[in-house]
Parts: sequence; structure tokens; C-alpha cells
Amino acid sequence: MIALTAISRIFTMGDQEVRALNNINLTIAPGAYVSVMGPSGSGKSTLLNLIGLLDQPTSGTYLLENIDVTSLSETDQARVRRERIGFIFQSFHLIPRLTAAENIELPLILDGIPSAERKKRVRAILQQTNLLERADHRPSELSGGQRQRVAIARATILNPAVLLADEPTGNLDHKTGAEVIALLENLHHQGTTIITVTHDREIGARAHRKIQMRDGEVVSDD
Amino acid sequence: MTRQDAFSLSFRTVVSYRLRAILILLAMALGVAAVVVLTALGEGARRFVMNQFTALGTNLIIIIPGRSETAGGFIGALVGETPRDLTLDDAASLTALPGVRRFAPLNVGLSEISAGGLLREVTLAGSTASLIAIRRMRLAQGSFTADNGPNPAEAVLGAKIAHELFPKGNALGQRIRLGDRRFRVAGIFAMQGESMGINTDELVLIPIDHAQALFNTQSLFRIMVEAESRSVIEPTKKVIRAALKLRHDGEEDVTIIGQDAILATFDKILRALTLAVSGIAAISLAVAGILVMNVMLVAVSQRTTEIGLLKAIGATHTDIRNLFLLETLWLAVAGAVVGIILGYLGSLGLRLAYPQLPAYPPIWASLAAIATALITGIAASILPASKAARLNPVLALSRR
Repeated sequence: MIALTAISRIFTMGDQEVRALNNINLTIAPGAYVSVMGPSGSGKSTLLNLIGLLDQPTSGTYLLENIDVTSLSETDQARVRRERIGFIFQSFHLIPRLTAAENIELPLILDGIPSAERKKRVRAILQQTNLLERADHRPSELSGGQRQRVAIARATILNPAVLLADEPTGNLDHKTGAEVIALLENLHHQGTTIITVTHDREIGARAHRKIQMRDGEVVSDD
Repeated sequence: MTRQDAFSLSFRTVVSYRLRAILILLAMALGVAAVVVLTALGEGARRFVMNQFTALGTNLIIIIPGRSETAGGFIGALVGETPRDLTLDDAASLTALPGVRRFAPLNVGLSEISAGGLLREVTLAGSTASLIAIRRMRLAQGSFTADNGPNPAEAVLGAKIAHELFPKGNALGQRIRLGDRRFRVAGIFAMQGESMGINTDELVLIPIDHAQALFNTQSLFRIMVEAESRSVIEPTKKVIRAALKLRHDGEEDVTIIGQDAILATFDKILRALTLAVSGIAAISLAVAGILVMNVMLVAVSQRTTEIGLLKAIGATHTDIRNLFLLETLWLAVAGAVVGIILGYLGSLGLRLAYPQLPAYPPIWASLAAIATALITGIAASILPASKAARLNPVLALSRR
């Protein structure tokens, strides 16, 4: 489903070139559960941003569901991000002035779905993620675990093909971290492809496919 | 994103930053209100002057002895030289001219007035009964029937003069002395206050022939003519000029001013003044626009992660730009509405404080103020909005 061929990403800082990704070749099958690990600066976040179309490779080709997405227009890339990709971040990135339900509703609004349909879908996902009684609370009134569950609900409400998680448990204690991972694994069982970037060995080990990165290269993949 | 969603989402954002919204709104509103109030003031001043002029009488033609090269200019006409007198016979010759409804010869001077041991100085006008009709003067008591003469020695007193000389209020029919001549009080002016520098409350009017004798002159100060209608003012001026030229041995030695010409000049000056004043007010709107731009730029950098997130969940450049444009549009619209309300209240306050000043804001100025507010608001948000749209999502999201 994801096919990266000879992908490089080079940043220029002053007159210095930094190779964040160096000639990466990677194929990820539909429904896979992948963890990406490695020290800071190994290029794992850059890889995730690239797969999520937030960043463009300097060279190489990227096929997502057999479409060369790097050559798409900005508007089409936004549509792919909206409909095929879900993002989860370490710091949740909820919009503070919107309630939990409204945060979850945002992708539906961007997709132009009518209001009545939106309310129905948001309610359904709130029920699934056990957040119904917190629906009208703002992020500041939610616990860390609840915030990340809201973020996951927002990332999955349009049924994306791939869910990208960047240190999803980084800001959570062990117990709520485990709950969030359980929620992600539940989504994996329903057929969503999951790619998790993490420092946490325990969480990384739970994935079916573990990728190790160092200095912008894949050093192990099993 | 549908248009309706964009509107409601941006509206919610505006409302949630309350203090910021109120401050921008206030800046916009004050700019709009300044334009409205200042144009109302300018317009009010213009109408005030116009009203004063029409209070002088309508369809007025004024004949002044002497000819100045700066025809039409009031001041120039006053300092014009006088090669030949304008006489009572000249005035009488106007009677039969087409377009002339009525005319009044006029002599003005200072004189002492005394009655019953009281004495003061007054402005003395000598004319005929037509002057009262032409100048829209009103008599409270008695009558004034003088024609070109000879007339009985009768005088009309201003209300204040009458009260000063005859505090008991029995002025009518009494004897007064003007200079070395005796007059009978035949009428008293109604209280009218001052209009264009002539205060009928302190004026004494006597027949023209007596005034000429009193001042020992054959020359008229001027002749006031009322034309039959506004449209015949110009032809009547021509006819009068030709008639007087014939009487003055073919020499054109009088200045003839139509009231409409003076009106038009004042109208032009005051309109220019209104425009200038509202232009200055519009500068405050431009300043408000710069403030809006600054605040929106701050908003973009404050909400960097939010913008990054919106991109991550699939917002297009256009979506993000529209959200920020709409945010300012809401503020500009609200500012314009509040500004119009403030402006109209301000104008109302002006009218209450100065009842003589018809300070009604003209419609065109209100529309121009609203349009300027909207255009400035949108123009000021283009830069911040496109900056937000172009933000790199990776960098935006990496800021914690």
C-alpha cells in the first residue's frame, strides 16, 4: 500500500546539507502494524511526515495506494491527507477553544459533509471511544488520556487507510499510555494500517514489524 | 469546506478571542464614526449657511453702484469704485422691467435716536415697503407703507430698540427723533435675531426719501430686486444691466449680483471643506486597517500549531486563507455597523447641542465609510491570511 523508492530528504541549514533521509526503500502492506524506532535525529519523524504528505522528498518516488502522491497538486494532497491518512501527535494538538466533539468534527467540516450527518458520525465515534460524557468539554478540562482519545477519534473519523502516530504515548503515564495503545491495536484489528514512531521499546516491540533507523537509514527491519 | 461552515467556524474564532475582537472592532468603529460625524458636521455647516442665505429672501438680485473687474465676488464688489451714483430714479426705472417682481432701494447709515430723554445710536435703514417683503421681515405691530416718496415721516423700530426707548411697551404712535428730524413710530419689527449680519432687533427702518435727506445724499447704497422666479434671474440681470447702462450714458457702472451665484460659491467652498474633513477622518480608518493587519499577523504566529494541525487533517491552502480572511471580514463588518451607529448617535448629539446646525450625515458618506472599512479590513488581512496558508506544516507542528 505504501511504496517508497530511493527516497531522500535533504535539509539545507546555512551552507550545510543535512541528510535526514538517505535513499530509503520501504514497502508497507495494507493492514500492517509497524513501529519505527531510533535515536533522536535518526530521521524517523521526517519519514512519518513524508508518508503523511506534510513534507516532500528531495528525490525518490512515493506511491500511496498505487498513486504517485508526490506529484499531486497541493489541493489533491490535502484531500489525500484528509481522507486516507490520520495523524496522532505526542502533544495531541487539539484546538483549545473547541469542545471535544467539535475537534473531532473538524475533518468532516473540511470534507464538506453536511451538518446532520456530521453530528451522527461524531456521536458514534464518541460512543466507541467512551468519550460521550466528555463531548462538550474543552481540551483543558480533559485528562491526557482523554485528550489523546479525542485526537485518535479525530484522526480516524473519516476511516483513513493509514494511521500515523508520532510518539502517541510520549506525554502520557504508563497506564493511560497502555490504554491508548490498546485503542490503536483495536483499530489495527479492524484493518487500519498503523505506523508508530516511538522511543518506548516496550511499545515498539508490540508492533508486528519493527523498523530501526539511524542517520537517515533503515538499519534493521523485521 | 462549505461556505456556511467557513463562516460559522471563523465567527466562532472571532468570538472566542473576545478582547482582541472588541479592540479591533473599536478601532474600526471609531474610524467609521469619525467619517460619519465629520461629514455630518460639514454638511450641517453647508446647510446652515444655505439656510441663512435663503432667509435673506429668494430669487434675490443685488445692484451695487460701481463696477469691479472681479465680477461675482462679494468683497471685490464692495471695494469697487463709484464713478456715478445709483439714484432713486434709477431704482424707479426698474418698475416696468420684465422679470422684476418687486424692488427696494436701500440706504444704510448710523444715526442717533432719542425719545423721552433716552438716546442711543442705531443702524438706520431707508427703504420702501417692498424691502419688508423681499427680506422676509415681519412686523409685530403697525405697518410700513412707504414707496419711492414723498412719504410721511414714519419709522419702524426693532423690537429691542422699541423696548429700550419705551419700556412700558407703548411705542406705537409715539414720537421719536432721528438726528435732527422727528418721526412717528408706525410699526415694530417682530423678534427675529440676527441673520447674515443684519439684526432687525436693533434696526430702525424709515422711508427712503427721509433717509436720503437725513444722510444728505442722492446716492443709494444698493437696490434689492426680487425676480419672479429662479429661472429668470439671469435674463433679468441682463435686462437690468442694459436698462441702467442706457440711463448712465452707455456706461456699465453698476455691479449686479445674483443670489444664486453667491450661493453656488459658498456651496462649492463648503462641499470642498466637507470632503477634506472626511478625508482626514478616512485616515483613521487606514490606521485601523494597519492595526488589523498587525493583530492578524500576531494571530497567525500565535496559532501556528493550529494551522499546522489543520493542514495535517487535510485543510487546503484555500481553506486556511479563507478562514483568516473571513475572521477579519467579520470584524470589519461588525466595526462598520457599530461605527455607523456611533456616528449617527454622534450626529444626533451634535444636533441636540447645536439645534441651528442641521448635522445630518449624508448617505453617500455612510456608504463610503462602510465600503472603506470593509476594503481596508480585507486588504489588511490578505498578507496575514496568505502567510498562514503558506506555513510549513512540519515546522508549524514541531512548535510545542
